Amino acid sequence: MTQQHLTTGAVRPEAALHRRSLVMRILEERTDALIVSSLGAPCWDLAACGDKDINFYVWGAMGSSCMVALGIATAQRQRRIIALVGDGDMLMGLGSLATVAAARPQNLAIMVLDNERYGDTGNQPTHTAAGVDLEAIGRATGFAATMVMRTEDDIPEGKRLLFQVAGPVLVVAKVDSEKAPMVLPPRDGTYLKHRFRRALLGTQAM
Amino acid sequence: MSGVPGNNACPAWAQDLHGVLVEQNVRQICHVPDGGNAPLIELCNRTPAMAVVTLTSEEEGVALCCGAWLGGERAALLLQSSGVGNCINVLSMVRTCAFPLFAIVSMRGEYGEFMPWQVPMGQAAPVVLGAMGVIVQRVDEPHAVMPMATAAAKLAFDSSVPVALMLSQRLIGTKRFVQ
Repeated sequence: MTQQHLTTGAVRPEAALHRRSLVMRILEERTDALIVSSLGAPCWDLAACGDKDINFYVWGAMGSSCMVALGIATAQRQRRIIALVGDGDMLMGLGSLATVAAARPQNLAIMVLDNERYGDTGNQPTHTAAGVDLEAIGRATGFAATMVMRTEDDIPEGKRLLFQVAGPVLVVAKVDSEKAPMVLPPRDGTYLKHRFRRALLGTQAM
Repeated sequence: MSGVPGNNACPAWAQDLHGVLVEQNVRQICHVPDGGNAPLIELCNRTPAMAVVTLTSEEEGVALCCGAWLGGERAALLLQSSGVGNCINVLSMVRTCAFPLFAIVSMRGEYGEFMPWQVPMGQAAPVVLGAMGVIVQRVDEPHAVMPMATAAAKLAFDSSVPVALMLSQRLIGTKRFVQ
């Protein structure tokens, strides 16, 4: 099989999406979806769209956000679960892509915000800058639907995959590495846990 | 006890543990395939009320158990002592958020171990779990499995703390090379 290098590999700067406005446009479709974000900028992006009780911000434990999302998805099969993760987090938890693919949760979608950088630690390049293709890995592990978003024209199809198509879904968005304003959601882990459970489960949560 | 037919070849400790998982309403089971826990994993695989997730690394299971709790279900992580080392950083999420964690650890690297590569992590497992604030309880005797597992599950889920139940090699048998 021939590699399609025009659609994989390193981002071309002119093709990168504006990160914060992309997340805002995607989450317009959210309705009651439960969202888990990985540490660093994905937490700020999610909070910038409006802090909600049904957001769970994984402020540490790098590489584990997709597995938190899988646990929720397995318990809540009628709800849509979105994992909003950075490329560094996804690379650290690469095994979790295989685990999610094998578990086949129909209600789970992963959106990787891939700026090809460790933005929190000084913009050092990640492996995706060297051509490691997360979407191709997801496809190879058996995700039900995958795509790369590079331009504004890709946004409607990205929304469809993330919110409507039977999962597991993997959408890799090639985004710029511009620093968006830091919007800090709560960091208290027990508070985040309790309010998420109360919003989801009602009185039986406590 | 476990409610699963055809358990004749299954050791009593595994049937007892499975019975406790059912009785405690544990709905998600995650594991990296493990010779020690194998009979328990097999019982779980045959239990329709349990979703069994196979992991590539045990640290994924810690995060899965956190997610299960967020979603309103109880989960358990089945792992070998060598997998304890893979879990350490993710345990920071369990502590920071005060999630319950019920881990069942099959021991290697102790009582009659033939494989020297298993010894360092086996010996360090209770120490590093303790360093991360996990309550470690060890079972050596078959008659103690059910009461100790029940108590460990109640402690984890009712007091929202991480608990590791360690199954000694004296209980589950010392591994031998199989031709």
